[in-house]
Amino acid sequence: MTAVITIDNLTMSYGSDIIQKDLTFTINRGDIFAIMGGSGCGKSTLLRHLIGLHRPRTGTIYYGTEDFWTLDDQEQSLILRKTGILYQSGALWSSMTLADNLALPLQQYTNLSGSMIQDIIHFKLSLVGLKGCEDYYPSEISGGMRKRAGLARAIVLDPEYLFFDEPSAGLDPVNAKNLDELIVEIRNSLGATVVLVTHELHSIFAIATNAVYLDAEEKTMLAVGSPEEMLNNSTHQNVIDFLTRGEGRRRTSS
Amino acid sequence: MLQHSPPPEYRVQQITEEEVRLKLLGNWTLASTIPSLDPIRDLLDRTALRSISFDTSELKTWDSLLPVFILRLIDLCAPPAVELQFDGLPAGAKNLLHLSCSTPPKPLKKKPDTSFITRLGHTTISLVDKGEGLISFTGEIIIACIQTLNGKSKFRYNDFWNFIQSTGADALPIVSLISVLVGVILAFVGAVQLQMFGVQIYIANLVGLAMVMEMGAMMSGVIMAGRTGAAYAAQLGTMQVNEEIDALRTLGISPVAFLVLPRMFALMLMLPLLCVYADLLGILGGAIIGVSMLDLSLVEYFEYTRKAIQLDQCLQGLIKSAVYGILVGYAGCLRGLQCGRSASSVGQAATSAVVTGIVLIVIADAIMTFLFNFSKTM
Ligand SMILES: Nc1ncnc2c1ncn2[C@@H]1O[C@H](COP(=O)(O)OP(=O)(O)OP(=O)(O)O)[C@@H](O)[C@H]1O
Ligand SMILES: [Mg+2]
Repeated sequence: MTAVITIDNLTMSYGSDIIQKDLTFTINRGDIFAIMGGSGCGKSTLLRHLIGLHRPRTGTIYYGTEDFWTLDDQEQSLILRKTGILYQSGALWSSMTLADNLALPLQQYTNLSGSMIQDIIHFKLSLVGLKGCEDYYPSEISGGMRKRAGLARAIVLDPEYLFFDEPSAGLDPVNAKNLDELIVEIRNSLGATVVLVTHELHSIFAIATNAVYLDAEEKTMLAVGSPEEMLNNSTHQNVIDFLTRGEGRRRTSS
Repeated sequence: MLQHSPPPEYRVQQITEEEVRLKLLGNWTLASTIPSLDPIRDLLDRTALRSISFDTSELKTWDSLLPVFILRLIDLCAPPAVELQFDGLPAGAKNLLHLSCSTPPKPLKKKPDTSFITRLGHTTISLVDKGEGLISFTGEIIIACIQTLNGKSKFRYNDFWNFIQSTGADALPIVSLISVLVGVILAFVGAVQLQMFGVQIYIANLVGLAMVMEMGAMMSGVIMAGRTGAAYAAQLGTMQVNEEIDALRTLGISPVAFLVLPRMFALMLMLPLLCVYADLLGILGGAIIGVSMLDLSLVEYFEYTRKAIQLDQCLQGLIKSAVYGILVGYAGCLRGLQCGRSASSVGQAATSAVVTGIVLIVIADAIMTFLFNFSKTM
């Protein structure tokens, strides 16, 4: 397994507020890596650090062997071009139709012809179940549809790294399951590495190959590894509570 | 790297009369252009093709280009007329295609744009709606005022003091600049005329009266429309977008009492104060010209100003400015609450708050000037 993203001794803060400290873990190629933890523990913040929106207070983030924050703008944008991001709120551009939302990254980074761009947009929208919604504005569709449209935009460039901030929040169970399958499918078919912020235990156990647990009280990570390993081996009560909805270990044995 | 790798292409292998196999070669990635479907279109025209299968043994890498190509092929062949056998495709591509085709096509369709008559109708309806909105908003404000006075709904004092600060104190620099300059301009324009008659000392009367009766109130009103009215509209508009207003409504809290009243009262109180301040600075601006260009003495200038201005003229300006305050706050909050649900509508709300505010100010000025003159002649 080759490490594609390495986080080394990362400390994150807003101003003088330390959010999380001493984070060290690696994300391997082809991983579906879950970032877990209670609300407000800093998952979205970690994601923002990984995608270059926020500078670490201390510590390093390596993409391959390159230290992201020592690269110049151009080298950073080369990495970001290979990155697809689904923001927690969807973050669709509200003045553009869904089709234009998806077209913008394609126009920005490729010189594909107009008809090719149209076809790619149709394909990606149909992947997330939004066939026929090209001409809608984000304000005209439901919250869950917005989430899926954001996903379509995230995968429009066939990225190598995919970052999802709570992709299944706001989706019905069937769609959430489809989304999980879609994520696995994209990982398998396009060889992407997926970093997933989620609370959904279902998704975590179904698709995550590795995970890290961030704790809000300790302000650091308490466990890293595959979710099953964590459930079986972790000694930390917070981790076990999280993974069992507070019902304690071996809840299924009763 | 990828640019120099073998480009995507395919060979058509005729298996039987009715069946062909497409052998895909090279790198099927978006870095290269998609292969044309013309050969297959030809084949469809010329022969009785019934089935197409794929051979990907020599396909190197692929990304979305491959599914897009297959989807184009599906469009072209329109199964079931021609059957496409996906077995030969990479498993990942097969699954993606399956996902893509499993969603029901076109769940909803956008309404097409319509004719002139329909648009006319829509415009009329929306105008009527707007008028209704205006009336009900005014009504809500009155009700909210009454309820607040009765103590039935709570007045947000915290917010109120913040608004006092942001509409009053924070506006002083810009009001200073504009008022001094207005005074200077008035004095300039007047000076040339008055010098012709040798009565340049009356410049003090001219600037003083103009500032106190009209320009002080008017200019600070216009500044507030651009500064605070727009800010109010943007604040309320953003809250509308974030469903914060809905959240208030469902709690049974009137957004008007909660959000609009503190803003309007703050403006109504602060604008007269700003107006007094603007009057003084405008007179100062006039004095600068009077002293420097017309060789008047400062004492003389202020003495004439004092004599020219009556208390009821000052009052006129103050009443006007309080009315402007209400109108600017009204326009800002109205536009903010009428805001749609997208980012661009917040911008529109802010713009139209400024326009509405200024229009209302000018109309109100005309009416009040008429009324004040009318009452004097009675
Ligand atoms: N812009 C900001 N400035 C200061 N503090 C912030 C900022 N954004 C977030 N925080 C704080 O950082 C902490 C982590 O926030 P973050 O959004 O990363 O949480 P999260 O783990 O993603 O939570 P959730 O699961 O609810 O999305 C929170 O305590 C929050 O108060
Ligand atoms: Mg978050």
